[in-house]
Amino acid sequence: MTDLAVTLLLFFALVSTAIAIALLRSLFAVVMLSGVFSLLAALLFIAMDAVDVAFTEAAVGAGISSVLMLGTIALTARHEMKPKRWSATPLIIVGIIGAFLIYGTLDMPAFGDPNAPVQTYLNPDFIARTPKEIDVPNIVTAVLASYRGFDTMGEVAVVFVAGLGVTMLIGGSGGFLRRRYRETVLSRKDGQA
Amino acid sequence: MSLLFDTAFIGTHLNYWLFVILMMTGLYIVVARGNLLKKVVGLNLFQASVFMLYISMSKIAGGTAPIEIPDPNAVYSSPLPHVLILTAIVVGVATTALALALIVRINEAYGTIEEDEVLEIDRAKSLAETAREDERDNEEARAV
Amino acid sequence: MDHHLILRVVTRLLVAPILLFGLYVQFHGDFGPGGGFQAGVIFAVALILYGIVFGLSRLRSIFPDRWVMRLLAFGLLLYAGVGVVSLIQGGNYLDYNVLLPSAKAGQHYGIIVIELGVGITVFGVMMAIYYGFAGRPPSIEDTDW
Repeated sequence: MTDLAVTLLLFFALVSTAIAIALLRSLFAVVMLSGVFSLLAALLFIAMDAVDVAFTEAAVGAGISSVLMLGTIALTARHEMKPKRWSATPLIIVGIIGAFLIYGTLDMPAFGDPNAPVQTYLNPDFIARTPKEIDVPNIVTAVLASYRGFDTMGEVAVVFVAGLGVTMLIGGSGGFLRRRYRETVLSRKDGQA
Repeated sequence: MSLLFDTAFIGTHLNYWLFVILMMTGLYIVVARGNLLKKVVGLNLFQASVFMLYISMSKIAGGTAPIEIPDPNAVYSSPLPHVLILTAIVVGVATTALALALIVRINEAYGTIEEDEVLEIDRAKSLAETAREDERDNEEARAV
Repeated sequence: MDHHLILRVVTRLLVAPILLFGLYVQFHGDFGPGGGFQAGVIFAVALILYGIVFGLSRLRSIFPDRWVMRLLAFGLLLYAGVGVVSLIQGGNYLDYNVLLPSAKAGQHYGIIVIELGVGITVFGVMMAIYYGFAGRPPSIEDTDW
């Protein structure tokens, strides 16, 4: 019962944060609230027994994401423009998609059901084999690094490529891109001033 | 339809519906708001609620976190969704950084990060181009 | 941020413990929550905090740009290299059982090395992204925040 109460409380905090993000026009406040959202999500992950995921969400979502978005604001603008007209179309589209998704959940297994497919196919196997074959207490690490090592290597490659992409787009100290940036944008700014 | 009035059913499926609501808030921000940074924040909300949906499926009643403890009767939540989401979060922030870098470049090229203004500038540019082409065609026709 | 005395003192106190915690998370990932992904981020956070408070040029003198790209590639190569070593030893790609005479010890070594590779790459990527964003001339002045 307390579990459900904690989950519901966290959930209502999450929804009010999300609605505040949708309504506010100060981008600084939006970024700070998205950090709050990540911390609340991390608490919810702990309530659902996913300690590794909670750790990652707190470090990545609340830490790095906020820094990056603040960096973007510093390079672009602080306020969102006032919308020219309000339209009901997005609200209707979102409502229809949400109704379909909820219809899709009606035959999902119940929350915490020990007979759900997630719990019966691979889970007992991994839990039984980890102490015998790998002998590390953290089953998540065993699956991540050993049983699914190939998959994790692909994920690391994706992170690597994303880092290269950011460096090519806005990084680099010198070289062609930086020179061209100085010539075009900075000279335009000087002309305005 | 009688399912919807069954309190036990609602209690065990409420988590899915709550995450759908969060997901739709994120989708609404992406569709309705014109500011590019805000769209990225909306995508992050959407992504985070998908993560929560996955993690809520791995929860088992009376279970504990999937880190082995000496108790032989311990029940562990499923570790597999945890692994998938753990890597997805880190890949998510890397792709978010790529999106933010693109926003910075768009701001340098157009001087704005509002979708409407970017589209307007593009439209004005292509109109000017067509006008120039028409002029050239007319001149060629006159020359002939 | 020369005028924020409290921030500067607190940052000086915090950077070393955050780095230490990053190492703990990296090498304790087999036993508790943690691992390469989280450790890489935490390690980068310590340096980014230093860069935000003391300025980018001081951070660059401690951790030069050229190291970022080297670390980025080195982590992924370390991960892929473990697979090549297990191929040479006669096993499948990324099969840690053959790394050492005992299968369990091989698994332990394999996991520690590939987690280190993950941590180094994630750290390098986060630093590359931060240098990219912080290295551009800002359009908002420091005092306007």
